[in-house]
Amino acid sequence: MHSIQVKDLTLNFGAVSVLKNLNLDVAEGEFIVLLGPSGCGKSTLLNCLAGLLDLSDGQIWIKGRNVTWAEPNERGIGMVFQSYALYPQMTVRGNLSFGLKNARMPQAEIDKRVARAAEILQIGPLLDRKPSALSGGQRQRVAIGRALVRDVDVFLFDEPLSNLDAKLRSELRVEIKRLHARLGNTMVYVTHDQIEALTLADRIAVMRGGIIQQLDAPQTIYNKPANLFVAGFIGSPSMNFLHGAVTDGGRAFAIAGTKVDLAAYDGGKPVDAPKAILGVRPEHIEIVTAPESGLTIPATVELDEPMGADSLVWLTTGGTQLSVRVPVERRLAPGTAVHLKLDVGKASLFDAATEQRV
Amino acid sequence: MADLTATAPVAAMEGARGAKPRRRLSGRNIMIYGTLFVVCLYYILPLWVMVMTSLKGMPEIRVGNIFAPPVEITFEPWVKAWAEACTGLNCDGLSRGFWNSVQILIPSVILSIAVASVNGYALVNWKFKGADVFFTILIFGSFIPYQVMLYPIVILLRELGIYGTLTGLVLVHTIFGMPILTLLFRNYFSSLPEELFKAARVDGAGFWGIYFRIMLPMSLPIFVVAVILQVTGIWNDFLFGVVFTKPDLYPMTVQLNNIVNSVQGVKEYNVNMAATLLTGLVPLTIYFISGKLFVRGIAAGAVKG
Repeated sequence: MHSIQVKDLTLNFGAVSVLKNLNLDVAEGEFIVLLGPSGCGKSTLLNCLAGLLDLSDGQIWIKGRNVTWAEPNERGIGMVFQSYALYPQMTVRGNLSFGLKNARMPQAEIDKRVARAAEILQIGPLLDRKPSALSGGQRQRVAIGRALVRDVDVFLFDEPLSNLDAKLRSELRVEIKRLHARLGNTMVYVTHDQIEALTLADRIAVMRGGIIQQLDAPQTIYNKPANLFVAGFIGSPSMNFLHGAVTDGGRAFAIAGTKVDLAAYDGGKPVDAPKAILGVRPEHIEIVTAPESGLTIPATVELDEPMGADSLVWLTTGGTQLSVRVPVERRLAPGTAVHLKLDVGKASLFDAATEQRV
Repeated sequence: MADLTATAPVAAMEGARGAKPRRRLSGRNIMIYGTLFVVCLYYILPLWVMVMTSLKGMPEIRVGNIFAPPVEITFEPWVKAWAEACTGLNCDGLSRGFWNSVQILIPSVILSIAVASVNGYALVNWKFKGADVFFTILIFGSFIPYQVMLYPIVILLRELGIYGTLTGLVLVHTIFGMPILTLLFRNYFSSLPEELFKAARVDGAGFWGIYFRIMLPMSLPIFVVAVILQVTGIWNDFLFGVVFTKPDLYPMTVQLNNIVNSVQGVKEYNVNMAATLLTGLVPLTIYFISGKLFVRGIAAGAVKG
């Protein structure tokens, strides 16, 4: 059964179209991450799901119920905001029980639910404090607790970790994953941080310009990006793009006067094209000293950046800049002429005109 | 041990602690404080004259030394100003005007602030179609001179059957307070984080639920500002009071004018001074009580956060 179904959702702000005919099906208990640069419409989509924005067209179904025009509190959702949005004049307990009191729930039940949420999130000792007396991490826990007590089917997270420092962010990231494993709720999570997306998601929806570019499991998004935008957006440092041509009846990629054999390519059947782009991730390139016919391209080392666990080497080939991940022990002097062995089986070939993966 | 190690370096630096010493009687300081003193004197002098005159008897005033403290302190003028001074046919002093003013002030302040705060809240958080146009028109209202609207309002009140009543005047004060107060509240509410409002909606609170339980408790400073603006504004109002009410219902300011400007008999300067001070007492008290909150509220409205 689908937990959330978005059908042909369109949203316009005046003349500006923010979301365009968007369709999204989320399975029961699935963790979906909406990922994209700022202004791509991901938070807007989340606000539409929550009922905080009225649609221009389309429908939203949650748990088999059409909630397109339902009030936020009638949709069976809980929401966690980037700025925590805790009511400053209420204690933590007051914050947690505010929604339940609005629903006229008996006090005994409220106490039970608050106690359970406090136990799950380990905020029991903080219940009688005001939000101003909490740290950022504690505040976000309370904000999650506020969604938790509502006992809802769907959790919506709007960049919940963006206001935290790096260390807390990774701690809470793990905690959210643990929470999902424990509760099994459907979760929709908006972020611009690809690490959060890759680590948390069952499926990632990469968005740009109000359109979902690709909706797939994190590994698929990473290894087989559907188009040039997704390929460039996911991965740090980002994928190397080699501009060349497909020749020899789709069997070779010509670049910088050499040809790379495409026989191992994992995807569609390449056809000859005067302009094509081969995308290779930094870890899928090997630096070798001797050329191998049909496998390597020549390059010159520009500089290397040791990053602790490994090292990043920047090179140029035919005017294009490339980065290659190598073991940190391997140092290469700038100016060294080397050859790059591309792992074509893990590369992505894009049509230069449509920017789609072949 | 810990103490010793901690104090040792400090002790070594003895004599170089504290702020950089400055000469108190530098030429610069004399200039600044001298100027400040003169300005203070300039501002305090009228008050001094008023208070002193109001405590003197008429014979002593006729001597003509307005700056001198009274030889014989008398509270007679205060009593007379409050309870016996005559305006027209009534000879019960300013007390009648005081109570009239109170009756005008309290409902006007409460009503105008209640309506304006809901206005501001709705304009920020419940954007309806045409909200911006509505707001522009409202603000435009504050640029139209009052005199232009006096006569139409007289007709309006007459048709409503409340011309010359306190209800009519309260209504006028409420309407005229609307533009500036709505602007004040709108700006304050838009400085509150939008996500709080969203969170409250997800929590199932409605229009009034969010207003009373979320917004109001966070808005004390701006309410203090609004109260001060309205109390001083309405208390000091003369024009509306004289135009829209009858002599029996004149507010204190109008009555003060009638007492001070009465042409019959001897000018009782001491009574006039006492009456003026009495009239100014209410705004003065408000400032003294809420000065600190006022500054905080003004700042809160101006800066985000």
